[in-house]
Amino acid sequence: MEDRKVLVSAKSLTKTFKVKNGTVKAVGGVDIEIYKGETLALVGESGCGKSTLGRLLLRLIEPTSGEVIFDGKNITAMNNREMQQMRKEMQIVFQDPYSSIDPRFSVKRIIGEPLKAYKVFKTKKEQEDYIRELVEKVGIHKEDLERYPHQFSGGQRQRIGIARALALKPQLIVCDEPVSALDVSIQAQTLNLLHDLQREFDLTYLFISHDLAVVRYISDRVCVMFLGKICEIGNTEDIYRNPKHPYTYFLLSSTPKPDPLKRKEDKEILSGEAPSPMNPPSGCRFHTRCPYAKEICKKEEPAPVMLDGRLIACHFPLDEAGI
Amino acid sequence: MAETSNELLKISKLRTVIKVRNGELVPVDGVDICVPFHSTVGIVGESGCGKSMTAMSVMGLLPKNVRIASGSIRLNGTELTELSPKEMRKITGDRMSIIFQEPMTSLNPVLTVGKQVREAIILHRNVSKEEAKKMVTEMFQSVGIPEPQRRYNAYPHELSGGLRQRVMIAMAMVCEPELLIADEPTTALDVTVEAQILHLMRKLRDEKNTSIMMITHNLGVVAEICDTVYVMYAGQVVEHTDVYEIFKNPCHPYTEGLMGSLPTVNSKERLKSIPGIVPKLDQLPKGCRLHDRCKYATERCKNEMPPLYDIGDGHTVRCFRMEEKGKAVE
Repeated sequence: MEDRKVLVSAKSLTKTFKVKNGTVKAVGGVDIEIYKGETLALVGESGCGKSTLGRLLLRLIEPTSGEVIFDGKNITAMNNREMQQMRKEMQIVFQDPYSSIDPRFSVKRIIGEPLKAYKVFKTKKEQEDYIRELVEKVGIHKEDLERYPHQFSGGQRQRIGIARALALKPQLIVCDEPVSALDVSIQAQTLNLLHDLQREFDLTYLFISHDLAVVRYISDRVCVMFLGKICEIGNTEDIYRNPKHPYTYFLLSSTPKPDPLKRKEDKEILSGEAPSPMNPPSGCRFHTRCPYAKEICKKEEPAPVMLDGRLIACHFPLDEAGI
Repeated sequence: MAETSNELLKISKLRTVIKVRNGELVPVDGVDICVPFHSTVGIVGESGCGKSMTAMSVMGLLPKNVRIASGSIRLNGTELTELSPKEMRKITGDRMSIIFQEPMTSLNPVLTVGKQVREAIILHRNVSKEEAKKMVTEMFQSVGIPEPQRRYNAYPHELSGGLRQRVMIAMAMVCEPELLIADEPTTALDVTVEAQILHLMRKLRDEKNTSIMMITHNLGVVAEICDTVYVMYAGQVVEHTDVYEIFKNPCHPYTEGLMGSLPTVNSKERLKSIPGIVPKLDQLPKGCRLHDRCKYATERCKNEMPPLYDIGDGHTVRCFRMEEKGKAVE
């Protein structure tokens, strides 16, 4: 793992949003690396900053501080013109295929827009041939190129969104909850497609999701976030087998398992609700909900340390807990 | 018809139709569902399979252009389809109640949550406002709303999603109904909160002796809380059995497909997804409704609708492949 090439790395990345009565630190000093060719999953509950972090890494929003290095270049220091060239390498697929593609554009135009913007092809004919080939790869019939988004189902629309992201042959695709709005059977089709495309185009995915079963299936490594901070990063299987951060443990144990034999009516449940990001707790941000919290957790924020090949930010990491 | 003593809710041959410009659509087409006393019954299926429409038919909450065309719905002996709207209102909220996916849209934003729950009590019970208020705060306490006295005066927007769903549950449970219909109650919630709500529903079911009809697309939720399961596809029940059997031995190709679509713990193999998409109501295929997505389909499936076959221990499956194993029940 260590000698793998790093495609994206972020250093002390923070993003603060202004709100009515103060500020919200959506991402609070995050260091993260994404290796080339891997699928890194970003998990956490609503409001933990996972989508914000995804957008920061693409510089779709400007960081308050910190920097993002993409393919060896500091993109946070780039001017618009340089950035525009970089954008070819990084694309995004959104959660809601209904609102992320223009309802007045035909499929051909939706996928053609990025190609046109970067003047990839000299002639219309070349571009059309390319689009035709591309849509077949994502499972849309080439006869449907002239049709409009409302004529497709949710799953097919998501395929159109994926084709658009693929059009410029990027290195990195950020998938922001790409299957959350889809039915189970369609979700499986889409996950299979993402998997196939990764192999064929040598893609790197940042896969943002709250669905831990999907994440376990698709990702190589997982990064767990809580209230703008990273709790734990490591290999997916290691983390699922032996979560070391208490929050990771509760996330995993809370997820309903599709196996009635594993039903635990008396399982430990995390009490309370996520604290407000406007007024995060002192010390470790998880201490108000953590059953293992001690005095130090209220005062001192745990620094991320390497432990058994993974990064963890907790004063009292769990040992072989097992779920 | 003689009531079997252990049946709280008995839906028989329910057919619900939507009137559209050029004809009628049938979102619920001949559905039989039974909810026994003291049990949790799961209704599973993807969007448009008719699961919510079935729930709305039971609650008498159908939109204007939708009506129950035929069939019967009996709640502990009372035939609901023959009741007047006035009689129906006496039953809803008292003997049966419903909670929805999005508590924000089902709560009135301009009334405090306490008043809304109190209203449910005053409507059905002969109590004073003060008594009702006391009942509300007690109920808030038992659904795990912290500081119930203070929350009584809170407006829905001041509460988090999890708390709002607790208010909905309080409202639904305050008259101790015989039947609680839960339509995707945890879909909009984060997992740690989902676990809390499922735990709460289980606790209330046991304490108040309520049966739950749990409508969900999430097989994890089914495994977690249900006793028996109905799988629906395109307006019909395609498989029914107890929760252990459905996960161990799914017999209908659609159920098999749903299970195969779930990412499993130890395997990174390709997911066995179901090809194609759910048919639209105005384009339902002839014969078995799954046939154009089914890998086992034969000529017969294209022309003939399979009946439900009982393959033993009340496990019913709507598929011709079961013809040898069981006998048709319709």
